[in-house]
Amino acid sequence: MSIFDILGPVMVGPSSSHTAGAVRMGQIVRRLVGGEPVRAKILLAGSFASTGAGHGTPRALVAGLMGFDPDDERIPRSFEIAKERGLAFEFGTVTLRDAHPNSALITAVNDRGEQVEVGASSPGGGRIRVFEVDGLPASFSGEVPTLIVRSDDMPGYVSRVTGVLAAQGINMSKLQVERSARGGRALMVIECDQRIPYRVKTAITAIEGIHKVTRLNPGEESK
Amino acid sequence: MSTYSSMAELLALSEKNGTPVWETVRLADCAEQGITPESSWETMKNLLSVMRQADRGYDRRHRSMSGLSGGDAGLMEDYIASGKSILGPLVSRVMAAALRMGECNACMKRIVAAPTAGACGVLPAVLLTVAEAQHIPDDRVVEALYVAAGVGAVIAQRASISGAECGCQAEIGSAASMAAAALVHLLGGTGEQMSNAAALALKSLLGLVCDPVGGLVEVPCVKRNVTGALTALSSADMSLAGIQSRIPADEVFDAMREIGEKMDRTLRETGEGGLAATPTGRRRTNPRE
Repeated sequence: MSIFDILGPVMVGPSSSHTAGAVRMGQIVRRLVGGEPVRAKILLAGSFASTGAGHGTPRALVAGLMGFDPDDERIPRSFEIAKERGLAFEFGTVTLRDAHPNSALITAVNDRGEQVEVGASSPGGGRIRVFEVDGLPASFSGEVPTLIVRSDDMPGYVSRVTGVLAAQGINMSKLQVERSARGGRALMVIECDQRIPYRVKTAITAIEGIHKVTRLNPGEESK
Repeated sequence: MSTYSSMAELLALSEKNGTPVWETVRLADCAEQGITPESSWETMKNLLSVMRQADRGYDRRHRSMSGLSGGDAGLMEDYIASGKSILGPLVSRVMAAALRMGECNACMKRIVAAPTAGACGVLPAVLLTVAEAQHIPDDRVVEALYVAAGVGAVIAQRASISGAECGCQAEIGSAASMAAAALVHLLGGTGEQMSNAAALALKSLLGLVCDPVGGLVEVPCVKRNVTGALTALSSADMSLAGIQSRIPADEVFDAMREIGEKMDRTLRETGEGGLAATPTGRRRTNPRE
């Protein structure tokens, strides 16, 4: 913990968990869908559903989907800005078992028609944790360099992906692998010690059966 | 921040290294985070500038999404202008500043969590107002922010700065404790007096529960920033007068943790107990979008 976790973050109020954390959630969904989101369906759960509106949670989530940072003063006007930019969104509520009270399930579609569904929680202090991507369980915060690879489940693909990281001298600190069924969809989440360069994404994307590669480098969320 | 986990250790480290308390806090954090003292200073100076912008950007016409907050700092400013205030110009200006920042937060303006968003008004209210009244240069205010951060870091390690964990005492109480120590630095007091002021302030707010109406960071949060700021002022003054807390700061922090652990969950930010559970509190439902 840094002293700037005690004084800080600089954020748009009123709540670090329900406002700043919600912006971060939207940002991560934006990164995972890639490109410019044009449609989003946001289902609020628990305390996000019951107290979200008063905390500006829906506006914060939409702001994050457009790539705004938690201290962006346009957050209160995000609905209007989304309309101008052509991002259509709808809200609903959902009951999530075993999820943190501050959670949301977000489906986003980008300008190329690609879609992602992300479940994430905001436990406090503006930090977040993704617990689900496209129906597959995951657990990452984006506070360390993280690589998310969505692919077909096929023999040897884990070693081919990690081989690219090894060749670039990037050390993995955590590796999660999940699949829907044998030979079905697969999700790999790799947390790394070093920043993940763009060429890693290019090299992994070229592997057969890989559908989508997302890099999360801390401090570059909104790019 | 592994280098100190108590006020006693922080003061001993300051003594041993021959650096003032604020500089000890800065250097320990730089070593831990691998950043330079200059970049740390720039970050802290920016926090001061954001606090000032938020304070100056206050608009009494703005209301929160729920309609529960807004305009109260404006009423306080009118009252100060009438010259009738019981507490006199300086203290009532601190009150108005605390309300301004609390209302800015409720109205989705840009603020500095100190240590949390709900308690963001305490520290800037006392530091900005006292520094302006006494013509204290900005560098010294930035130093005072380091003192506040050091006290907050000790509280976070020994107890908590989260209302969900330990109630409002951990938010407004911690903010008042941090602000009291920072004020002592601003006015040229010693490290012992900073630690003593931190103890005096938190002692006065021990047991404060987190019972937000509708679960929103508005009622009673905004006005409790005034309580925290006034407690910080009186605690700093007592400490500078030579009045001692009979219980040292570290033991007060530990007591806060114990009290927080015994606090019922309905009184820890769930919006289910206390003021939130009153008939009027229950009628205030969450707005829809």
